[in-house]
Amino acid sequence: MPITSVTKDPEKLSLTVVADFPVSQERLWAAWEDPRQLERFWGPPFAPATFTHHDFRTGGRAEYFLTGPNGEKWPNSWKFAAVNPIDFFEAEDGDGDDMPTSMTFTFETTATGSRMIHVTRFSSVEAMEKTIPGMEEGFRAAMPQLDALLEA
Amino acid sequence: MVVLREESEESLNQLFRALADGTRRDILARAIVEAPTVSGLAAHYEMSFAAVQKHVAVLQRAGLVRKRANGREQLVSTDHERLKRATELLDSYEVLWRQRVAQLDDVLREGE
Repeated sequence: MPITSVTKDPEKLSLTVVADFPVSQERLWAAWEDPRQLERFWGPPFAPATFTHHDFRTGGRAEYFLTGPNGEKWPNSWKFAAVNPIDFFEAEDGDGDDMPTSMTFTFETTATGSRMIHVTRFSSVEAMEKTIPGMEEGFRAAMPQLDALLEA
Repeated sequence: MVVLREESEESLNQLFRALADGTRRDILARAIVEAPTVSGLAAHYEMSFAAVQKHVAVLQRAGLVRKRANGREQLVSTDHERLKRATELLDSYEVLWRQRVAQLDDVLREGE
């Protein structure tokens, strides 16, 4: 598993994920830059993502929707506050909302490939509830898969 | 949970503002571990008792802590329900991110 650490801070409502991959930093960046690759890993297994717009530069926007197990569509968008290829990007999730969720992604070259450091910061508990509607139901439905994944 | 969903925008703004300050996050962290008194909290910071009272009041308005009387002292305790909900949601996000990273790894390994 490429996950190196996951740190959760319920007081600051933040989640930090560090993952190491056996590929170059260029290759890792390309996966985020190309919407066809991005949509293959952004959505959870029970709700795949479809990106309809991906203007991956500072000030640009991305638009996508997740398709739930019963065909329900959950649209979302990001506003890219900063994009510095191939080292960093920051996106605000929940566009049009008063309390967006901010996501920062930092990429580094390591001795074994590349590292991604991701931080999600939620502005409120409700922003967490809203980020992916139906998420918990979906997780329960996907539980058998999840157990296998977490044991791997 | 129903209560959280029905929260007004104003109360969410209060929550956001409450957590935006380092001293208040520190007070909250202490209130999670034990229920300190306001004067006990004041001893930790280089500010007046009144200033610490104000910070506690901001946390209280945001629904993060409660104050209750214990004799002449005011004990500050956390809103465990709200923090528990935040913890549950972060757990779900952890699962989501573990899946996402595993999927990303699959995409990256393709064509090797």
